Amino acid sequence: MPKPVPTQKLIDGLLKGDRLALARAISRVEDDAEEAARLVQAVFAHTGKAHLIGITGAPGTGKSTLVSALVESFRARGLSVGVLAVDPTSPFSGGALLGDRVRMTGHSGDAGVFIRSMATRSGAGGLARASADAMLLLDAAGFERILVETVGAGQAEVEIASVADTVVVVEAPGLGDEVQAIKAGLLEIADIFAVNKADRKGAARTVAALEMMLETGSAAAQTILHHGQQMEAGAAASEAEAAGGWAVPVLQTVAVSGGGVGELRDALEGHRAWLGGSGALAAREKKRLDHMLQTLVQAELLARMERALSPDLRRDLVERMQRREIDPYSAVSRIMEGN
Amino acid sequence: MKHSQIRVLIAKPGLDGHDRGAKVIARALRDAGFEVIYTGIRQTPQMIAEAALQEDVDVVGLSILSGAHMTLCPKVVELLHTQGQEDVLVLLGGIIPDDDAAELRAAGVHAVFGPGTSSAEIIAFIQTAVASG
Repeated sequence: MPKPVPTQKLIDGLLKGDRLALARAISRVEDDAEEAARLVQAVFAHTGKAHLIGITGAPGTGKSTLVSALVESFRARGLSVGVLAVDPTSPFSGGALLGDRVRMTGHSGDAGVFIRSMATRSGAGGLARASADAMLLLDAAGFERILVETVGAGQAEVEIASVADTVVVVEAPGLGDEVQAIKAGLLEIADIFAVNKADRKGAARTVAALEMMLETGSAAAQTILHHGQQMEAGAAASEAEAAGGWAVPVLQTVAVSGGGVGELRDALEGHRAWLGGSGALAAREKKRLDHMLQTLVQAELLARMERALSPDLRRDLVERMQRREIDPYSAVSRIMEGN
Repeated sequence: MKHSQIRVLIAKPGLDGHDRGAKVIARALRDAGFEVIYTGIRQTPQMIAEAALQEDVDVVGLSILSGAHMTLCPKVVELLHTQGQEDVLVLLGGIIPDDDAAELRAAGVHAVFGPGTSSAEIIAFIQTAVASG
């Protein structure tokens, strides 16, 4: 096999917009934490320009088709688009079947589009561990709009709100209970709702139910918990958002035919303009960077702990727990004290 | 090994819409621990090569039942080479006459799997080939 391409060559290539270099760099950040650090260190100064858009929602709502239609719509305005499509890794085999591309054909031969499928691997919250780094690489490579499609969110998969500027929650009629959206915390993270498959029966009812829930949600709860976090770094965002008042729109789309997609794109552009004008963009970025820092520190601490933890001690503690000589919490204390 | 996890693109070039075999293989490869990118039917060689590049795969698996393998496969190989992916393993599944298979191997297709090939055989082939690269 050929020698791996040196990291510096990948960095130079991706900053010049070389697609193979970008593709290989994304693999590196997925595969290797040290390489991820090296790549992000080199490109970070070139990031912060793209509009980061998260697309989430339950399985079967048509997220992939909607992403594909949005790509087309952005391209019609001359904007370049990078897509990260995240699908789950099988907990049984560690493998993954990444099928989002099936719905994203039609952008072939367009140098202004780059689509990458990503398995969650050890990531949580509907994203991969490497998603945030991959977004930085796409940003550094010059893509103006970055669409991140999460795995079909069930409940509490709201990590996307911590990595995106704008979150679109996709719903569809007939999936039943809109109360699911409340349970899942999707109501709090949505900047825009898209009721997809709006040509189906029940669309108007779904729209009405979402609008009603948005109105009844107390303003205080929405701002304090905006993007699902009680935040310190984001407090400014809450203030700005409360002052400027972004009214979450509920739009209807028919992604397969492109119906309503232009309006969704306009709403996304509108949200970006609002973020910039209200000062919320800077505040959200600060919150996102704070989240990134926290995630990386946690990972580093975990890695250090695992390196420091003696397998003998661990085995011994488990055996003693099994004999009920020690409880799990005391065992943790023993590990933290290192004896 | 190139990746910590082997990435495989499964595609159906050409005009036949029979993708059952491709889906069975995609599933079997996932269960073997590979990350499988499934792109669906009616793909042109250009679409396949482009997806292989964006996804930075180790393996491209083509499924062809239409009889058009002699034009489609060499084209995919050629495009992969042109774009700097000479190291990608190209596999073909389908009903392929022996003479054609020999010619395709000469053109850069690494292996041809006919009807009755077990998933285990394909998985073992990929693991060995990617490991020895």
